[in-house]
Amino acid sequence: MGWIVFGIAVWLAGWWANVRLSTLSGNRAVALAVPLIFGAVLILMWEAAVRGFGINPVLLPAPSAIAVRFASSTHILWQDFVQTVLKGALSGYVIGCGAAFMTAIVVDRFDFLRRGLLPVGNFVAALPIIGMAPILVMWFGFDWQSKAAVVVVMVFFPMLVNTVEGLRATDAMQRDLMHTYGASYWQGLAKLRLPAAMPFIFNGLKIATTLALIGAIVAEFFGSPIKGMGFRISTSVGQLALDLVWAEIVVAAIVGSAFYGGVALLEKAVTFWHPSQRGRT
Amino acid sequence: MRQSVLPVLTVVALIFGLWYGAAVALNAPWARDQAQRAGVELSFSELVADTWAQKKPKLPAPHQVAVEIWNTTVEKKITSKRSLVYHSWITLSATLLGFALGTGLGIALAVGIVFNRTMDMSVMPWIIASQTVPILAVAPMIIVVLNAVGVSGLLPKAIISMYLSFFPVVVGMVKGLRSPDAMQLDQIRTWNASTSQGFWKLRLPSSMPYLFASLKIAMAASLVGAIVGELPTGAVAGLGARLLAGSYYGQTIQIWSALIMAAALAAGLVALIGVIQRVALKRMGMA
Repeated sequence: MGWIVFGIAVWLAGWWANVRLSTLSGNRAVALAVPLIFGAVLILMWEAAVRGFGINPVLLPAPSAIAVRFASSTHILWQDFVQTVLKGALSGYVIGCGAAFMTAIVVDRFDFLRRGLLPVGNFVAALPIIGMAPILVMWFGFDWQSKAAVVVVMVFFPMLVNTVEGLRATDAMQRDLMHTYGASYWQGLAKLRLPAAMPFIFNGLKIATTLALIGAIVAEFFGSPIKGMGFRISTSVGQLALDLVWAEIVVAAIVGSAFYGGVALLEKAVTFWHPSQRGRT
Repeated sequence: MRQSVLPVLTVVALIFGLWYGAAVALNAPWARDQAQRAGVELSFSELVADTWAQKKPKLPAPHQVAVEIWNTTVEKKITSKRSLVYHSWITLSATLLGFALGTGLGIALAVGIVFNRTMDMSVMPWIIASQTVPILAVAPMIIVVLNAVGVSGLLPKAIISMYLSFFPVVVGMVKGLRSPDAMQLDQIRTWNASTSQGFWKLRLPSSMPYLFASLKIAMAASLVGAIVGELPTGAVAGLGARLLAGSYYGQTIQIWSALIMAAALAAGLVALIGVIQRVALKRMGMA
Protein backbone atom coordinates (compact mmCIF):
# COMPACT_ATOMS: atom_id res chain seq x y z
CA MET A 1 0.00 0.00 0.00
CA GLY A 2 2.80 2.38 0.90
CA TRP A 3 4.36 1.95 -2.53
CA ILE A 4 1.13 2.83 -4.31
CA VAL A 5 0.72 5.98 -2.25
CA PHE A 6 4.34 6.81 -3.02
CA GLY A 7 3.75 6.32 -6.73
CA ILE A 8 0.71 8.56 -6.77
CA ALA A 9 2.59 11.19 -4.77
CA VAL A 10 5.50 11.12 -7.22
CA TRP A 11 3.08 11.41 -10.10
CA LEU A 12 1.30 14.45 -8.64
CA ALA A 13 4.59 16.12 -7.67
CA GLY A 14 6.07 15.57 -11.12
CA TRP A 15 2.95 16.81 -12.81
CA TRP A 16 2.86 19.93 -10.67
CA ALA A 17 6.56 20.61 -11.24
CA ASN A 18 6.23 20.26 -15.00
CA VAL A 19 3.17 22.49 -15.22
CA ARG A 20 5.00 25.15 -13.22
CA LEU A 21 8.21 24.79 -15.20
CA SER A 22 6.55 24.90 -18.60
CA THR A 23 4.91 28.25 -17.86
CA LEU A 24 8.36 29.75 -17.37
CA SER A 25 9.81 31.38 -20.45
CA GLY A 26 11.70 28.70 -22.30
CA ASN A 27 15.43 28.61 -21.80
CA ARG A 28 17.64 25.61 -22.34
CA ALA A 29 17.66 24.38 -18.75
CA VAL A 30 13.86 24.26 -18.57
CA ALA A 31 13.63 22.58 -21.97
CA LEU A 32 15.97 19.90 -20.66
CA ALA A 33 14.48 19.59 -17.16
CA VAL A 34 10.86 19.02 -18.18
CA PRO A 35 11.39 15.81 -20.19
CA LEU A 36 13.91 14.58 -17.60
CA ILE A 37 11.38 15.00 -14.79
CA PHE A 38 8.77 13.25 -16.93
CA GLY A 39 11.10 10.31 -17.53
CA ALA A 40 12.15 10.06 -13.88
CA VAL A 41 8.51 10.12 -12.75
CA LEU A 42 7.69 7.37 -15.22
CA ILE A 43 10.49 5.13 -13.89
CA LEU A 44 9.58 5.79 -10.24
CA MET A 45 5.92 5.02 -10.94
CA TRP A 46 6.93 1.81 -12.69
CA GLU A 47 9.00 0.79 -9.67
CA ALA A 48 6.21 1.70 -7.27
CA ALA A 49 3.60 -0.15 -9.32
CA VAL A 50 5.69 -3.32 -9.52
CA ARG A 51 6.35 -3.30 -5.78
CA GLY A 52 2.93 -2.03 -4.72
CA PHE A 53 0.88 -4.49 -6.76
CA GLY A 54 3.42 -7.30 -6.36
CA ILE A 55 3.71 -7.89 -10.12
CA ASN A 56 5.45 -11.13 -10.98
CA PRO A 57 9.03 -10.35 -12.13
CA VAL A 58 8.52 -12.82 -14.96
CA LEU A 59 5.98 -10.43 -16.44
CA LEU A 60 7.46 -7.05 -15.67
CA PRO A 61 10.68 -6.69 -13.66
CA ALA A 62 11.18 -3.53 -11.60
CA PRO A 63 13.68 -0.93 -12.92
CA SER A 64 15.93 -1.61 -9.92
CA ALA A 65 16.03 -5.34 -10.75
CA ILE A 66 16.94 -4.48 -14.34
CA ALA A 67 19.71 -2.17 -13.16
CA VAL A 68 21.13 -4.90 -10.90
CA ARG A 69 21.03 -7.39 -13.74
CA PHE A 70 22.64 -4.86 -16.08
CA ALA A 71 25.51 -4.28 -13.66
CA SER A 72 26.07 -7.98 -13.00
CA SER A 73 26.13 -9.12 -16.64
CA THR A 74 28.11 -6.40 -18.35
CA HIS A 75 30.44 -8.91 -20.00
CA ILE A 76 27.54 -10.67 -21.75
CA LEU A 77 26.06 -7.36 -22.80
CA TRP A 78 29.42 -6.18 -24.11
CA GLN A 79 29.93 -9.37 -26.10
CA ASP A 80 26.46 -9.04 -27.63
CA PHE A 81 27.09 -5.37 -28.33
CA VAL A 82 30.29 -6.17 -30.25
CA GLN A 83 28.62 -8.96 -32.21
CA THR A 84 25.43 -7.15 -33.17
CA VAL A 85 26.27 -3.46 -33.23
CA LEU A 86 29.93 -3.22 -34.18
CA LYS A 87 30.15 -6.22 -36.49
CA GLY A 88 26.61 -6.48 -37.88
CA ALA A 89 24.92 -3.09 -37.81
CA LEU A 90 27.87 -0.75 -38.22
CA SER A 91 29.60 -2.55 -41.08
CA GLY A 92 26.29 -2.98 -42.88
CA TYR A 93 25.47 0.68 -42.31
CA VAL A 94 28.77 1.85 -43.79
CA ILE A 95 28.60 -0.52 -46.78
CA GLY A 96 24.91 0.15 -47.46
CA CYS A 97 25.06 3.93 -47.15
CA GLY A 98 28.32 4.08 -49.13
CA ALA A 99 26.91 1.92 -51.95
CA ALA A 100 23.70 3.94 -52.02
CA PHE A 101 25.69 7.17 -52.20
CA MET A 102 27.79 5.95 -55.13
CA THR A 103 24.70 4.63 -56.92
CA ALA A 104 22.95 7.94 -56.37
CA ILE A 105 25.77 9.84 -58.07
CA VAL A 106 25.65 7.50 -61.07
CA VAL A 107 21.85 7.65 -61.19
CA ASP A 108 21.92 11.41 -61.00
CA ARG A 109 24.33 11.60 -63.95
CA PHE A 110 21.93 9.80 -66.30
CA ASP A 111 18.45 11.25 -66.39
CA PHE A 112 16.99 8.06 -67.88
CA LEU A 113 18.20 6.02 -64.92
CA ARG A 114 16.91 8.59 -62.46
CA ARG A 115 13.42 8.58 -63.90
CA GLY A 116 13.39 4.80 -63.95
CA LEU A 117 15.02 4.03 -60.64
CA LEU A 118 13.40 6.66 -58.43
CA PRO A 119 9.82 5.32 -58.59
CA VAL A 120 11.15 1.79 -58.13
CA GLY A 121 13.29 2.95 -55.20
CA ASN A 122 10.36 4.74 -53.59
CA PHE A 123 8.27 1.60 -53.99
CA VAL A 124 10.96 -0.69 -52.53
CA ALA A 125 11.54 1.70 -49.61
CA ALA A 126 7.93 1.10 -48.51
CA LEU A 127 8.19 -2.70 -48.68
CA PRO A 128 8.74 -4.95 -45.66
CA ILE A 129 12.42 -5.49 -46.55
CA ILE A 130 12.96 -7.15 -43.19
CA GLY A 131 11.40 -10.25 -44.76
CA MET A 132 14.59 -10.67 -46.77
CA ALA A 133 16.32 -11.62 -43.52
CA PRO A 134 15.73 -15.41 -43.68
CA ILE A 135 16.95 -15.53 -47.28
CA LEU A 136 20.10 -13.57 -46.55
CA VAL A 137 20.80 -15.68 -43.48
CA MET A 138 20.56 -18.71 -45.74
CA TRP A 139 23.00 -17.21 -48.23
CA PHE A 140 25.61 -15.71 -45.95
CA GLY A 141 25.58 -18.09 -43.00
CA PHE A 142 24.76 -17.53 -39.35
CA ASP A 143 27.57 -15.17 -38.41
CA TRP A 144 27.65 -11.39 -38.62
CA GLN A 145 28.09 -11.28 -42.41
CA SER A 146 24.42 -12.16 -42.97
CA LYS A 147 23.37 -9.50 -40.43
CA ALA A 148 25.45 -6.92 -42.24
CA ALA A 149 23.85 -8.00 -45.52
CA VAL A 150 20.36 -7.49 -44.09
CA VAL A 151 21.38 -4.04 -42.88
CA VAL A 152 22.82 -3.19 -46.32
CA VAL A 153 19.55 -4.11 -48.04
CA MET A 154 17.49 -2.21 -45.47
CA VAL A 155 19.40 1.07 -45.53
CA PHE A 156 20.13 1.12 -49.28
CA PHE A 157 16.86 2.41 -50.71
CA PRO A 158 15.97 5.13 -48.17
CA MET A 159 19.52 6.42 -48.53
CA LEU A 160 19.42 6.23 -52.34
CA VAL A 161 16.11 8.07 -52.62
CA ASN A 162 17.22 10.82 -50.25
CA THR A 163 20.58 11.35 -51.93
CA VAL A 164 19.12 11.49 -55.44
CA GLU A 165 16.52 13.94 -54.16
CA GLY A 166 19.27 16.02 -52.57
CA LEU A 167 21.41 16.15 -55.68
CA ARG A 168 18.50 17.81 -57.44
CA ALA A 169 18.05 20.40 -54.70
CA THR A 170 20.01 23.17 -56.44
CA ASP A 171 18.01 25.54 -58.61
CA ALA A 172 18.72 26.50 -62.21
CA MET A 173 20.19 29.88 -61.25
CA GLN A 174 22.88 28.31 -59.06
CA ARG A 175 23.79 25.74 -61.71
CA ASP A 176 23.94 28.46 -64.36
CA LEU A 177 26.34 30.40 -62.16
CA MET A 178 28.64 27.37 -61.91
CA HIS A 179 28.35 27.07 -65.67
CA THR A 180 29.43 30.66 -66.25
CA TYR A 181 32.41 30.04 -63.99
CA GLY A 182 33.37 27.34 -66.50
CA ALA A 183 33.09 24.60 -63.84
CA SER A 184 33.38 21.02 -65.06
CA TYR A 185 30.80 18.40 -64.03
CA TRP A 186 32.96 17.18 -61.16
CA GLN A 187 33.71 20.69 -59.92
CA GLY A 188 30.03 21.52 -60.00
CA LEU A 189 29.30 18.32 -58.11
CA ALA A 190 31.93 18.84 -55.43
CA LYS A 191 31.48 22.58 -54.89
CA LEU A 192 27.77 23.14 -55.39
CA ARG A 193 25.55 20.11 -55.62
CA LEU A 194 27.03 17.83 -52.94
CA PRO A 195 27.06 20.56 -50.28
CA ALA A 196 23.49 21.47 -51.26
CA ALA A 197 22.51 17.82 -50.99
CA MET A 198 23.89 17.43 -47.46
CA PRO A 199 20.62 18.11 -45.56
CA PHE A 200 18.91 15.38 -47.61
CA ILE A 201 21.84 13.00 -47.27
CA PHE A 202 21.81 13.42 -43.51
CA ASN A 203 18.08 12.86 -43.44
CA GLY A 204 18.72 9.51 -45.11
CA LEU A 205 21.61 8.73 -42.78
CA LYS A 206 19.43 9.42 -39.73
CA ILE A 207 16.60 7.20 -40.98
CA ALA A 208 19.18 4.51 -41.69
CA THR A 209 20.53 4.50 -38.10
CA THR A 210 17.36 3.03 -36.60
CA LEU A 211 16.86 0.72 -39.58
CA ALA A 212 20.39 -0.61 -39.19
CA LEU A 213 19.85 -1.59 -35.54
CA ILE A 214 16.47 -3.14 -36.25
CA GLY A 215 17.83 -5.11 -39.19
CA ALA A 216 20.83 -6.46 -37.29
CA ILE A 217 18.74 -7.55 -34.30
CA VAL A 218 15.80 -9.05 -36.17
CA ALA A 219 18.11 -10.95 -38.55
CA GLU A 220 19.42 -12.81 -35.52
CA PHE A 221 15.97 -14.30 -34.90
CA PHE A 222 16.49 -16.37 -38.04
CA GLY A 223 19.71 -17.96 -36.87
CA SER A 224 22.88 -16.70 -35.24
CA PRO A 225 25.94 -17.84 -33.32
CA ILE A 226 25.39 -18.04 -29.56
CA LYS A 227 25.96 -14.37 -29.00
CA GLY A 228 24.31 -11.18 -30.17
CA MET A 229 21.50 -8.99 -28.90
CA GLY A 230 18.75 -10.57 -30.98
CA PHE A 231 19.87 -14.08 -30.00
CA ARG A 232 20.01 -13.10 -26.31
CA ILE A 233 16.57 -11.50 -26.42
CA SER A 234 14.88 -14.47 -28.08
CA THR A 235 16.53 -17.10 -25.89
CA SER A 236 16.09 -15.14 -22.64
CA VAL A 237 12.41 -14.71 -23.39
CA GLY A 238 12.26 -18.47 -23.71
CA GLN A 239 13.94 -18.86 -20.32
CA LEU A 240 11.67 -16.17 -18.83
CA ALA A 241 14.77 -14.19 -17.79
CA LEU A 242 13.01 -10.96 -18.52
CA ASP A 243 15.41 -8.82 -16.53
CA LEU A 244 18.19 -9.76 -18.97
CA VAL A 245 15.88 -8.95 -21.90
CA TRP A 246 15.21 -5.54 -20.42
CA ALA A 247 18.93 -5.00 -19.88
CA GLU A 248 19.46 -5.72 -23.60
CA ILE A 249 16.67 -3.29 -24.42
CA VAL A 250 18.41 -0.64 -22.32
CA VAL A 251 21.61 -1.28 -24.28
CA ALA A 252 19.70 -1.08 -27.56
CA ALA A 253 18.03 2.16 -26.50
CA ILE A 254 21.35 3.73 -25.46
CA VAL A 255 23.08 2.58 -28.65
CA GLY A 256 20.17 3.71 -30.83
CA SER A 257 20.02 7.15 -29.23
CA ALA A 258 23.80 7.57 -29.31
CA PHE A 259 23.98 6.49 -32.95
CA TYR A 260 21.19 8.86 -33.94
CA GLY A 261 22.61 11.65 -31.79
CA GLY A 262 26.07 11.20 -33.29
CA VAL A 263 24.75 11.51 -36.83
CA ALA A 264 22.66 14.52 -35.79
CA LEU A 265 25.74 16.21 -34.29
CA LEU A 266 27.70 15.53 -37.47
CA GLU A 267 24.82 17.01 -39.44
CA LYS A 268 24.94 20.14 -37.31
CA ALA A 269 28.65 20.52 -38.01
CA VAL A 270 28.34 19.91 -41.77
CA THR A 271 25.10 21.76 -42.57
CA PHE A 272 25.52 24.68 -40.16
CA TRP A 273 24.39 26.99 -42.99
CA HIS A 274 20.96 25.42 -43.41
CA PRO A 275 17.95 27.37 -42.05
CA SER A 276 16.77 24.43 -39.94
CA GLN A 277 20.11 24.42 -38.10
CA ARG A 278 20.59 28.19 -37.88
CA GLY A 279 17.21 28.69 -36.24
CA ARG A 280 18.23 26.79 -33.12
CA THR A 281 20.83 27.99 -30.70
CA MET B 1 4.22 10.90 -65.64
CA ARG B 2 4.05 9.37 -69.11
CA GLN B 3 7.72 10.00 -69.88
CA SER B 4 8.76 7.90 -66.92
CA VAL B 5 6.94 4.75 -68.06
CA LEU B 6 9.71 3.64 -70.40
CA PRO B 7 12.56 4.18 -67.89
CA VAL B 8 10.62 2.42 -65.13
CA LEU B 9 9.87 -0.53 -67.40
CA THR B 10 13.53 -0.68 -68.40
CA VAL B 11 14.65 -0.75 -64.80
CA VAL B 12 12.08 -3.40 -63.89
CA ALA B 13 13.15 -5.50 -66.89
CA LEU B 14 16.76 -5.05 -65.80
CA ILE B 15 15.89 -6.28 -62.31
CA PHE B 16 14.19 -9.39 -63.71
CA GLY B 17 17.19 -10.01 -65.97
CA LEU B 18 19.56 -9.74 -63.02
CA TRP B 19 17.29 -12.02 -61.01
CA TYR B 20 17.34 -14.76 -63.67
CA GLY B 21 21.08 -14.38 -64.07
CA ALA B 22 21.67 -14.55 -60.33
CA ALA B 23 19.46 -17.66 -60.15
CA VAL B 24 21.74 -19.37 -62.67
CA ALA B 25 24.90 -18.31 -60.85
CA LEU B 26 23.67 -19.27 -57.38
CA ASN B 27 22.00 -22.56 -58.29
CA ALA B 28 24.64 -23.81 -60.73
CA PRO B 29 26.91 -25.52 -58.14
CA TRP B 30 24.03 -27.70 -56.91
CA ALA B 31 22.99 -28.56 -60.48
CA ARG B 32 26.58 -29.49 -61.43
CA ASP B 33 26.92 -31.55 -58.28
CA GLN B 34 23.73 -33.49 -59.04
CA ALA B 35 24.80 -34.05 -62.63
CA GLN B 36 28.21 -35.32 -61.56
CA ARG B 37 26.62 -37.83 -59.19
CA ALA B 38 24.33 -39.04 -61.94
CA GLY B 39 27.35 -39.28 -64.18
CA VAL B 40 26.05 -36.99 -66.91
CA GLU B 41 27.62 -33.96 -68.50
CA LEU B 42 25.38 -30.89 -68.59
CA SER B 43 25.35 -28.65 -71.62
CA PHE B 44 24.94 -24.94 -70.95
CA SER B 45 21.27 -24.80 -71.93
CA GLU B 46 20.51 -27.86 -69.78
CA LEU B 47 22.33 -26.23 -66.89
CA VAL B 48 20.28 -23.05 -67.22
CA ALA B 49 17.04 -25.00 -67.50
CA ASP B 50 17.93 -26.98 -64.39
CA THR B 51 18.85 -23.92 -62.31
CA TRP B 52 15.46 -22.41 -63.05
CA ALA B 53 13.51 -25.51 -62.03
CA GLN B 54 15.08 -26.82 -58.82
CA LYS B 55 12.91 -27.85 -55.89
CA LYS B 56 14.93 -26.11 -53.19
CA PRO B 57 17.01 -23.53 -55.06
CA LYS B 58 19.19 -20.97 -53.34
CA LEU B 59 17.41 -18.35 -55.38
CA PRO B 60 14.19 -19.40 -57.12
CA ALA B 61 13.57 -17.91 -60.54
CA PRO B 62 10.68 -15.42 -60.80
CA HIS B 63 8.41 -17.79 -62.68
CA GLN B 64 8.82 -20.45 -59.96
CA VAL B 65 7.68 -17.91 -57.37
CA ALA B 66 4.80 -16.86 -59.61
CA VAL B 67 3.69 -20.49 -60.00
CA GLU B 68 3.90 -21.02 -56.23
CA ILE B 69 1.84 -17.91 -55.56
CA TRP B 70 -0.75 -19.04 -58.13
CA ASN B 71 -0.91 -22.50 -56.59
CA THR B 72 -1.28 -21.25 -53.03
CA THR B 73 -3.77 -18.48 -53.71
CA VAL B 74 -6.07 -19.49 -56.53
CA GLU B 75 -5.90 -23.26 -56.48
CA LYS B 76 -6.15 -23.76 -52.73
CA LYS B 77 -9.29 -23.22 -50.70
CA ILE B 78 -9.12 -19.99 -48.72
CA THR B 79 -9.73 -21.81 -45.46
CA SER B 80 -6.83 -24.19 -46.07
CA LYS B 81 -3.76 -23.77 -43.87
CA ARG B 82 -1.60 -23.87 -46.97
CA SER B 83 -3.42 -21.03 -48.66
CA LEU B 84 -1.46 -17.84 -48.88
CA VAL B 85 -4.71 -15.87 -48.84
CA TYR B 86 -5.48 -17.30 -45.40
CA HIS B 87 -2.07 -16.28 -44.05
CA SER B 88 -2.28 -12.86 -45.71
CA TRP B 89 -5.64 -12.27 -44.09
CA ILE B 90 -4.22 -13.07 -40.63
CA THR B 91 -1.40 -10.59 -41.17
CA LEU B 92 -3.69 -8.04 -42.75
CA SER B 93 -6.16 -8.05 -39.87
CA ALA B 94 -3.37 -7.49 -37.34
CA THR B 95 -1.94 -4.76 -39.54
CA LEU B 96 -5.24 -2.94 -39.88
CA LEU B 97 -6.07 -3.18 -36.17
CA GLY B 98 -2.60 -1.92 -35.24
CA PHE B 99 -2.85 0.81 -37.83
CA ALA B 100 -6.20 1.98 -36.48
CA LEU B 101 -4.94 1.94 -32.88
CA GLY B 102 -1.70 3.70 -33.85
CA THR B 103 -3.48 6.38 -35.86
CA GLY B 104 -5.93 7.00 -33.02
CA LEU B 105 -3.16 7.23 -30.44
CA GLY B 106 -1.07 9.40 -32.74
CA ILE B 107 -3.84 11.90 -33.42
CA ALA B 108 -4.78 12.05 -29.72
CA LEU B 109 -1.17 12.70 -28.72
CA ALA B 110 -0.76 15.32 -31.43
CA VAL B 111 -3.87 17.19 -30.30
CA GLY B 112 -2.61 17.09 -26.71
CA ILE B 113 0.82 18.31 -27.76
CA VAL B 114 -0.54 21.19 -29.83
CA PHE B 115 -2.98 22.43 -27.17
CA ASN B 116 -1.03 21.74 -23.99
CA ARG B 117 2.39 23.26 -23.53
CA THR B 118 3.33 21.01 -20.61
CA MET B 119 2.60 17.97 -22.68
CA ASP B 120 4.56 19.36 -25.61
CA MET B 121 7.63 19.90 -23.48
CA SER B 122 7.54 16.67 -21.50
CA VAL B 123 6.21 14.10 -23.97
CA MET B 124 7.62 15.16 -27.34
CA PRO B 125 11.30 14.38 -26.58
CA TRP B 126 10.30 10.95 -25.28
CA ILE B 127 8.26 10.18 -28.37
CA ILE B 128 11.34 10.85 -30.48
CA ALA B 129 13.54 8.83 -28.12
CA SER B 130 11.03 5.96 -28.18
CA GLN B 131 11.73 5.44 -31.86
CA THR B 132 15.46 4.99 -31.38
CA VAL B 133 14.63 1.86 -29.38
CA PRO B 134 14.50 -0.94 -31.93
CA ILE B 135 11.01 -2.05 -30.93
CA LEU B 136 11.02 -4.91 -33.38
CA ALA B 137 13.71 -6.45 -31.23
CA VAL B 138 11.41 -6.25 -28.23
CA ALA B 139 8.52 -7.83 -30.12
CA PRO B 140 9.10 -11.39 -28.87
CA MET B 141 8.97 -10.24 -25.26
CA ILE B 142 5.75 -8.30 -25.75
CA ILE B 143 4.15 -11.35 -27.37
CA VAL B 144 5.29 -13.76 -24.67
CA VAL B 145 4.37 -11.48 -21.75
CA LEU B 146 0.93 -10.69 -23.15
CA ASN B 147 0.41 -14.40 -23.76
CA ALA B 148 1.26 -15.05 -20.11
CA VAL B 149 -1.42 -12.63 -18.90
CA GLY B 150 -3.92 -14.27 -21.22
CA VAL B 151 -3.94 -11.85 -24.14
CA SER B 152 -3.21 -13.70 -27.34
CA GLY B 153 -4.16 -13.81 -30.97
CA LEU B 154 -4.58 -10.56 -32.79
CA LEU B 155 -3.97 -7.99 -30.08
CA PRO B 156 -0.26 -8.53 -29.24
CA LYS B 157 0.69 -8.24 -32.91
CA ALA B 158 -1.52 -5.20 -33.28
CA ILE B 159 0.20 -3.57 -30.31
CA ILE B 160 3.59 -3.90 -32.02
CA SER B 161 2.09 -2.47 -35.19
CA MET B 162 0.61 0.34 -33.15
CA TYR B 163 3.95 1.20 -31.60
CA LEU B 164 5.56 1.44 -35.03
CA SER B 165 2.75 3.37 -36.67
CA PHE B 166 1.86 6.02 -34.08
CA PHE B 167 5.15 7.90 -34.44
CA PRO B 168 4.81 9.13 -38.03
CA VAL B 169 1.22 10.13 -37.28
CA VAL B 170 2.21 12.18 -34.21
CA VAL B 171 5.00 13.97 -36.04
CA GLY B 172 2.89 14.63 -39.13
CA MET B 173 -0.19 15.75 -37.20
CA VAL B 174 1.74 18.09 -34.91
CA LYS B 175 3.23 19.70 -37.98
CA GLY B 176 -0.16 19.78 -39.70
CA LEU B 177 -2.12 21.18 -36.76
CA ARG B 178 0.48 23.93 -36.48
CA SER B 179 0.48 24.66 -40.20
CA PRO B 180 -2.14 27.48 -40.24
CA ASP B 181 -0.16 30.72 -40.30
CA ALA B 182 -0.60 33.70 -38.01
CA MET B 183 -2.84 35.49 -40.50
CA GLN B 184 -5.34 32.63 -40.62
CA LEU B 185 -5.30 32.24 -36.83
CA ASP B 186 -5.91 35.98 -36.44
CA GLN B 187 -8.72 35.81 -38.96
CA ILE B 188 -10.53 33.08 -37.08
CA ARG B 189 -10.04 35.03 -33.85
CA THR B 190 -11.64 38.13 -35.36
CA TRP B 191 -14.63 35.96 -36.11
CA ASN B 192 -14.75 35.27 -32.39
CA ALA B 193 -14.25 31.52 -32.81
CA SER B 194 -13.75 29.45 -29.69
CA THR B 195 -10.72 27.16 -29.34
CA SER B 196 -12.76 24.12 -30.34
CA GLN B 197 -14.22 25.94 -33.36
CA GLY B 198 -10.71 26.96 -34.35
CA PHE B 199 -9.68 23.33 -34.08
CA TRP B 200 -12.56 21.85 -36.08
CA LYS B 201 -12.82 24.55 -38.74
CA LEU B 202 -9.22 25.61 -39.27
CA ARG B 203 -6.55 23.44 -37.70
CA LEU B 204 -7.98 20.00 -38.44
CA PRO B 205 -8.81 20.66 -42.11
CA SER B 206 -5.41 22.22 -42.79
CA SER B 207 -3.64 19.24 -41.22
CA MET B 208 -5.15 16.76 -43.69
CA PRO B 209 -2.35 16.73 -46.31
CA TYR B 210 0.16 16.06 -43.52
CA LEU B 211 -2.05 13.37 -42.03
CA PHE B 212 -2.29 11.44 -45.29
CA ALA B 213 1.44 11.64 -45.93
CA SER B 214 2.09 10.14 -42.49
CA LEU B 215 -0.67 7.54 -42.85
CA LYS B 216 1.19 6.05 -45.81
CA ILE B 217 4.38 5.66 -43.77
CA ALA B 218 2.38 4.38 -40.80
CA MET B 219 0.68 1.73 -42.91
CA ALA B 220 3.98 0.38 -44.24
CA ALA B 221 5.45 0.37 -40.74
CA SER B 222 2.36 -1.34 -39.36
CA LEU B 223 2.69 -4.22 -41.82
CA VAL B 224 6.34 -4.72 -40.85
CA GLY B 225 5.26 -4.79 -37.21
CA ALA B 226 2.61 -7.43 -37.84
CA ILE B 227 5.02 -9.64 -39.79
CA VAL B 228 7.73 -9.48 -37.15
CA GLY B 229 5.11 -9.96 -34.45
CA GLU B 230 4.31 -13.34 -35.96
CA LEU B 231 7.86 -14.65 -35.75
CA PRO B 232 8.04 -15.56 -32.05
CA THR B 233 4.63 -17.19 -31.82
CA GLY B 234 6.19 -20.34 -33.21
CA ALA B 235 5.17 -20.05 -36.84
CA VAL B 236 1.46 -20.74 -36.45
CA ALA B 237 -0.15 -18.50 -39.03
CA GLY B 238 0.48 -15.35 -40.99
CA LEU B 239 3.03 -14.22 -43.54
CA GLY B 240 5.75 -13.92 -40.89
CA ALA B 241 5.10 -17.51 -39.87
CA ARG B 242 5.44 -18.58 -43.50
CA LEU B 243 8.80 -16.83 -43.64
CA LEU B 244 9.99 -18.54 -40.47
CA ALA B 245 8.70 -21.98 -41.45
CA GLY B 246 10.26 -21.59 -44.86
CA SER B 247 13.63 -20.72 -43.35
CA TYR B 248 13.44 -23.71 -40.97
CA TYR B 249 12.81 -26.21 -43.76
CA GLY B 250 14.83 -24.52 -46.50
CA GLN B 251 11.70 -23.93 -48.59
CA THR B 252 13.06 -20.94 -50.45
CA ILE B 253 10.19 -20.76 -52.91
CA GLN B 254 7.78 -20.50 -49.99
CA ILE B 255 9.83 -17.68 -48.44
CA TRP B 256 9.91 -15.74 -51.67
CA SER B 257 6.21 -16.16 -52.33
CA ALA B 258 5.39 -14.94 -48.80
CA LEU B 259 7.76 -12.04 -49.36
CA ILE B 260 6.19 -11.07 -52.68
CA MET B 261 2.75 -11.38 -51.09
CA ALA B 262 3.81 -9.05 -48.28
CA ALA B 263 5.17 -6.61 -50.83
CA ALA B 264 1.94 -6.69 -52.80
CA LEU B 265 -0.02 -6.18 -49.58
CA ALA B 266 2.12 -3.16 -48.65
CA ALA B 267 1.84 -1.66 -52.10
CA GLY B 268 -1.91 -2.23 -52.19
CA LEU B 269 -2.53 -0.68 -48.76
CA VAL B 270 -0.37 2.36 -49.50
CA ALA B 271 -2.06 2.82 -52.87
CA LEU B 272 -5.48 2.58 -51.16
CA ILE B 273 -4.54 5.42 -48.81
CA GLY B 274 -3.33 7.34 -51.84
CA VAL B 275 -6.73 7.00 -53.48
CA ILE B 276 -8.57 8.05 -50.29
CA GLN B 277 -6.22 11.00 -50.02
CA ARG B 278 -6.93 12.15 -53.55
CA VAL B 279 -10.69 11.86 -53.13
CA ALA B 280 -10.76 13.48 -49.69
CA LEU B 281 -8.49 16.37 -50.59
CA LYS B 282 -10.40 17.00 -53.78
CA ARG B 283 -13.71 17.20 -51.92
CA MET B 284 -12.10 19.56 -49.41
CA GLY B 285 -10.87 21.70 -52.29
CA MET B 286 -7.21 21.15 -51.52
CA ALA B 287 -5.94 19.16 -54.45
